[in-house]
Amino acid sequence: MLRYARLLYIQLRASLLLAMQYRLDFAIDAVMSLFWTATALVPLVVLFDQRTQIAGWSWPQALVVVAWFTCLKGILDGAIRPALGSVVESIRKGTLDFVLLKPADAQFLVSTARFDLFRFINVAGGVGILVFALRKIGRVPSPGAFAWTALLLLGASFILYAMWILVVCLAFVVVKVDNLSYLFLSIYDAARWPASVFRGFAAIVFTFVIPLALMTTYPALAILGQLDVTHALSAFGASLAALVVARVVWRRSIARYTSAGG
Amino acid sequence: MTATRTLRAVPTLFRVGFAGAVAYRGEFLIWILSTNMPLVMLALFREVAREAPVAGFGEKDFAAYFLATLIVRLMTGSWVVWEMNTEIRSGDIAMRLLRPIHPFVHYAADNLSAIPMRAILALPIALGALAWVGASHVAHDAAHWAIALVALFGAWALTFAAMLVIGSLGLFWESSLSLYDLWLGLFFIFSGYLMPLALFPSWLRGATWWMPFRYTLAFPVETMLGLESVTQSLRSLAAQWAWVTSFFALALVLWRRGVARYAVFGG
Repeated sequence: MLRYARLLYIQLRASLLLAMQYRLDFAIDAVMSLFWTATALVPLVVLFDQRTQIAGWSWPQALVVVAWFTCLKGILDGAIRPALGSVVESIRKGTLDFVLLKPADAQFLVSTARFDLFRFINVAGGVGILVFALRKIGRVPSPGAFAWTALLLLGASFILYAMWILVVCLAFVVVKVDNLSYLFLSIYDAARWPASVFRGFAAIVFTFVIPLALMTTYPALAILGQLDVTHALSAFGASLAALVVARVVWRRSIARYTSAGG
Repeated sequence: MTATRTLRAVPTLFRVGFAGAVAYRGEFLIWILSTNMPLVMLALFREVAREAPVAGFGEKDFAAYFLATLIVRLMTGSWVVWEMNTEIRSGDIAMRLLRPIHPFVHYAADNLSAIPMRAILALPIALGALAWVGASHVAHDAAHWAIALVALFGAWALTFAAMLVIGSLGLFWESSLSLYDLWLGLFFIFSGYLMPLALFPSWLRGATWWMPFRYTLAFPVETMLGLESVTQSLRSLAAQWAWVTSFFALALVLWRRGVARYAVFGG
């Protein structure tokens, strides 16, 4: 365990050095992330200019969903996407062999291979939106609500990570996956809306196939104090299950990996 | 001489491009599926319009609008900026520079030859949409549709030319893709992709007339739905093609200057 903590520290330091070396590029990226967050707010502003409530959500309540969406986006862009993007490339080129030869768990190594530290800025952006929204609502959440929210957000990152691992595992079968990651990102974009907005077919997809509701709506409900314990626990349970599934699929994919040209 | 030679090569380029689009149909399909934003916005705005129309848009109006948006986006989308960026950075662009035709022609042929495939995907959506929202929500006269057809081609040309401009900047600046991100962000807001421009406050709506984004999406969509008068559409058409010509001209200048100073990587 201690060994893995040390490995994580080394990988983080390498990412930090990289970020410092290309600081201008990464700083531009960071500014762009914030810009995207701002564009994401435009439809919301326009809509709530016309209505006080949409699908049972008021303007500040909907902002809480956007806040968690933005935070998770920061985690996705900062910690999940860069590392697993590079593993796809190494599967294609066959350089994954070098990772597999190292005396540590391969999933751990590829998952921590790269962090885009500047991109974490969206986490701060999300927190900013949250503070603004909570002030508008005018109530301070109880410590319990904070604890549940933290747990659910952790679960949400697990789900994101698990889904991303599954996408990467597809790279063992079909070579070009960057398109798939675009598809995933485009679907994740829908998570900025409260889940109750979607009805019918979309609701089914966003609940069971890609659980967007678990990612942003549940944590938002939790901090608003509107989520009961059963729902919260089952949501967290589902995210743990997603991690296990991802682990199993990863093990199977690695077992079938024959290196490039194999 | 160059012009006739280029023209002679075009049919072959189209055949190659089409074969490429068929060969990578899986990727192509995923790319198409990624264009799902209009459907999400459709679900959202329909939910909002369920109680009462928003700025004159009812449920069916939103459905017609966003499905038309989806169709226009599917037909006019392009990915040439990423292609150029990758090729410039890897040095593969050298292969294009060696050929006796302008790389822009090559890129354009590649892009246009995928249109039959796009049409195959867009047509069922269009028919389904028509059956769902009813014929009363689309334009009725030939004039609108004639303009819409030219506008659709113009929308492709404008998107493509903007990508060529930013792609050519890649010859000067490694991070030119950030600039494309910026373009895309502004496009999302000001092109009518996220919501009909009619929902904007009037001063902001007026401002969109002076930006290029509206002409890549909202203009053909609004013309197809008959939301604009014919004279108004003709005026937009002129503006659209003014943007198209100036973007192409800019791209050509940037490309010529860029290639002159560019040293291919990997020798």
